[in-house]
This record gives sequence, C-alpha cells and structure tokens, in this order.
Amino acid sequence: MKYVIVGCGRVGAALAEAFDHAGHDVLVVDTSTRAFDRLPVEFKGQALRGDGTDEDVLRRAGAEGADVFLALTEGDNRNVMAAQVAMEKLAVGKAVAKINDPVRAAAYADLGIATLCRTTMQADAVLGFLGFGSTGMPAVIAAVPHVHQED
Amino acid sequence: MFVLVVGGGKVGYYLTKELIESGHEVVLMEKDRIRAAQIVDELGSIVVAQDGCEGKFLRMAGANRADIVAAVTGDDEDNLVICQMSKHHFDVPRTIARVNNPKNEDLFRHLGVDELISPTRMALGSIEQDIPVHELLHLAALENELEIIEAQLQADSPAVGKSPSDIVVPEGCSLFAVVRDGVATPLRPDTILREGDKVIAIGRADCEVALHEQLIGSIDEEPATA
Repeated sequence: MKYVIVGCGRVGAALAEAFDHAGHDVLVVDTSTRAFDRLPVEFKGQALRGDGTDEDVLRRAGAEGADVFLALTEGDNRNVMAAQVAMEKLAVGKAVAKINDPVRAAAYADLGIATLCRTTMQADAVLGFLGFGSTGMPAVIAAVPHVHQED
Repeated sequence: MFVLVVGGGKVGYYLTKELIESGHEVVLMEKDRIRAAQIVDELGSIVVAQDGCEGKFLRMAGANRADIVAAVTGDDEDNLVICQMSKHHFDVPRTIARVNNPKNEDLFRHLGVDELISPTRMALGSIEQDIPVHELLHLAALENELEIIEAQLQADSPAVGKSPSDIVVPEGCSLFAVVRDGVATPLRPDTILREGDKVIAIGRADCEVALHEQLIGSIDEEPATA
C-alpha cells in the first residue's frame, strides 16, 4: 500500500512511522525540512519538501494513484484543497482532510470528503469523560462514494 | 446586485470601490483588522473584519443572499474554500475566484467555481503577445477547458497555400477566423491561407499539439526566428 501524508506535524509523523513500520510505502510532504526531524531515524520512506497542494509537486513525488492520502497540515483550507487535488487529479484511493473548523468540516463532509475534526474529537472526549452528551458534530466521516454534481 | 467580496488586498479594494461607484450593494470581508479599518476609512462601513473562510462569518456578511461572491485573497486554497462554501452551503448563484497558480484553474472549474481570474495567466498572455514566436498563442480561456488560440503562419508552415477544408483539425476544434494585415475576416471555404496570417481557432487545450502541427509545423523544430 502507498500512503501519502501532507504535513509532518506530530500526527503526521506518528502515522508515517506507523505505516512505515508496518512495511508500507510512505511519502511525507511538508514545506519545512525541519518538520522531518519528527520522523524517527530508522524511517525508510520518502520525505519531500514542497507544497502539498501543488499538483506538480505531488505528481513529481509519485503521489499519483496512492492508496491513501492524508492532508494533515495546520491550515484547514490547505488540507481541503490538497485532498481535492488528490482525489480529482491524482486518482488516490482514499483521501482524508483535517479540518478543525467544525462548520467547514461538516460542509465538506456533505461534499463527500472524509474529514477529521480535532475540535470536535477533543470536545467530545472531554464531554464524555465528564459525563455530558457529545457535541453532536461529526469528527471523522467515512467518505461517501464520490459523485460529481455537474457535467 | 449584492456582491460579497472576500479579501481586502489591492484587488479586493479596487473591485469593491468600482462596484460601489457603479451603484451595487457590496460587502467586503477582510480578516486583518488594521487593513479592514483602513478600508472603512476610505470606503465607509461596508467591511466585515472577519475570516471569509468560516461559515459563521460568511453568513454574518450576508452570503445567504449574495448574488455573487468574489474570492480574491492571495491564497488559492482560501479562494477555493470560500467559493465552495458559498456555492454549496449558501446557494450563491455565481462565484468568482482569483487563481494564482495556473495549474489550479482546471481543478477550480471542475469543483464548481463559476468564473476564474488568473493574474499569472493574464501577465503570461501579454508577454507572449509581445514576443515574436511562432508558437500558439492563448487568447482566452473559456469554460469546459475550451480556449481561443491564435496561430501565426510561417513561410514553411504546412497550412500556407491551403484552404480550411484541406486542413485536418483535431476533433473538438474549429478554425473560425483569420487576421490578415490587421483585418479580421471569417474563414470561408475558399479562403487560401498565406504566410503571416493569424488563424484564430477554438478548441480544447489538449488539441494544441495536433493543431500546432497542422497549422504551423512540427513542434520540435527550432524556431527560424526568435
């Protein structure tokens, strides 16, 4: 399996390590090479400095046709765009975008993008721990089969 | 017409100013408070000093009743999200996005942005028009990946001496006019093309190579003049 991770923060690096450890082909993209310090020394995958929303950069790095594409940068919009580039242009199998604004996350979930919302996940975790009901907002949504609305 | 402009940089500012002067109702969103205050001083209280990428603030600025949303920030990803949120969440009939990376044009159109403004593409077009090359010139991009192309014929171009019916154009492509000595005329079946003619064609971007070969000549030849 080929995994592409855009954004080598704590979550991105942890996932890269796990996929690599499990023997998969991993590509990590970040605009800062310093971010790659988070990867373990024994990381065998590919780490590439570049803009993960740029189709050319992703294509050159070999992201085309990847099985899984994870957009995990700190910018909601960057993640949304990277995930859509991956799905529309690079024919990846599955794409997930981290969107921390719950309203935007819900709106994009409606558009068929699998979203991951840290805000909701953490709020729900705390609410659950304290015995409150959840926020009722989606945190992780499985992508519905992608259907174009036009054409 | 109610227009919501997102992004108070140079483009957003002048766009808003022009729209107000032509009598439209305009709201401008600019998340930088200092910049927003500056614009208020100059144009009046038509600025919402919030991030136009957030659904909550888009609603506050009136996205649900906007006729047009123009996303003209300096970041492509922001402009895409503003347009998608406007279109799918607020049912805005017409969305316009500024696109800086020409590579993103296809994607934006594909994802439902109605109109694109591409400063990079425009500058590139102007530069190409000033350089005497015998490449194809992109005059305008239309919807559905169609574009208007100009081909200037050289002395050794295969199309010289032929009439339009003798030229095999790629499918989905059509030649419609010729500019000769600064005069534009429609291409007629009996028009004989000459050196120096500018043939205007309309077609899909991926027909370019074939069109180039039919009209100007094989692409890998070194240009005779530069």
